[in-house]
Amino acid sequence: MGLLALFRRTPSSANIARERLRIIVQQERSARGGPDYLPLLRRELLEVIRKYVNVDPAAVQVNVEREDGQEVLEFSVALPEKGRAPGA
Amino acid sequence: MTEIIVVTSGKGGVGKTTTSASIACGLARRGKRVAVIDFDIGLRNLDLIMGCERRVVYDFVNVIQGECTLKQALIKDKRIESLYVLAASQTRDKDALSSEGVRKVLDELTADGFDFIICDSPAGIEKGAHLAMYFADRAVVVVNPEVSSVRDSDRILGLLASKTQRAEQGNGGVKEHLLLTRYSPRRVATGEMMSVDDVKEILGLDVVGVVPESVDVLSASNAGVPVILNAESDASLAYEDAVARLLGETVPLRFVTEPKKGFFARIFGG
Repeated sequence: MGLLALFRRTPSSANIARERLRIIVQQERSARGGPDYLPLLRRELLEVIRKYVNVDPAAVQVNVEREDGQEVLEFSVALPEKGRAPGA
Repeated sequence: MTEIIVVTSGKGGVGKTTTSASIACGLARRGKRVAVIDFDIGLRNLDLIMGCERRVVYDFVNVIQGECTLKQALIKDKRIESLYVLAASQTRDKDALSSEGVRKVLDELTADGFDFIICDSPAGIEKGAHLAMYFADRAVVVVNPEVSSVRDSDRILGLLASKTQRAEQGNGGVKEHLLLTRYSPRRVATGEMMSVDDVKEILGLDVVGVVPESVDVLSASNAGVPVILNAESDASLAYEDAVARLLGETVPLRFVTEPKKGFFARIFGG
């Protein structure tokens, strides 16, 4: 068992946990403090965009940036390499 | 000056009440006047962990609703002179706690000269949890080195930073501390459990204590004697260290690495 572990190259489960948490915590922190409608807005935007381009659910980012007392709603959509409407 | 410390976590079952009881005992043993309050309305349990369940006559909600005085409801600990417990009510009405009522009780304890008020928060992010943290100066966030506990405690950090009196007044906010419980150095060494540093880095908090997984925690709650009072237990020593750090002392972390195995133990296992 001890010897076998030396040859195994799979990441430990603690490392997997740490990486998963790092991503989800960062994501949830960026949404925090923003308006409550952001998740729904993001979902509906995704639906509309997907009518035309087959984007990945993770490709749509909606953020609220605060600068000098102003709030800026920022959208970013990463298009797939060959953007095309599904079924077109 | 009175300091209000909320013991919170988001997730249930991670050791909030165990921690509240031990921190309260530890502070009181160092001569501080301490009141520990159970905010888990409907699911009273701090009294059992403190071993005073048969002496509860009046509770937190009775005080708020004016059915008794605060003095009548405070249960004086039989072991430590300067320690008092305020039990949660068993009412099913969750709205029995009001912000004004809680403020009045905390103000009265402050006026009475208590050094510390420990607020034992219920799990979740509902009203009881909100009121437990609202008036706090500091927060002890209890976390198990496990994904759902870490994520939930980050939610709690978000609430501490926005839904508390200190956050609203903008005077520095609530000071947050991380307390890891059920820590297993052996499992950390084999890569099955996140380390103190992992959790610390993900949450971005300073560590006030690491309590090792210990069979003594269950026996302590069985007996109604907070685990910090069991001088032979590693968990007790870890809580004692956490109390020292809360009081501003610098104490190195213990019980975070596996004790080195002897030659024979390594050969034959054990």
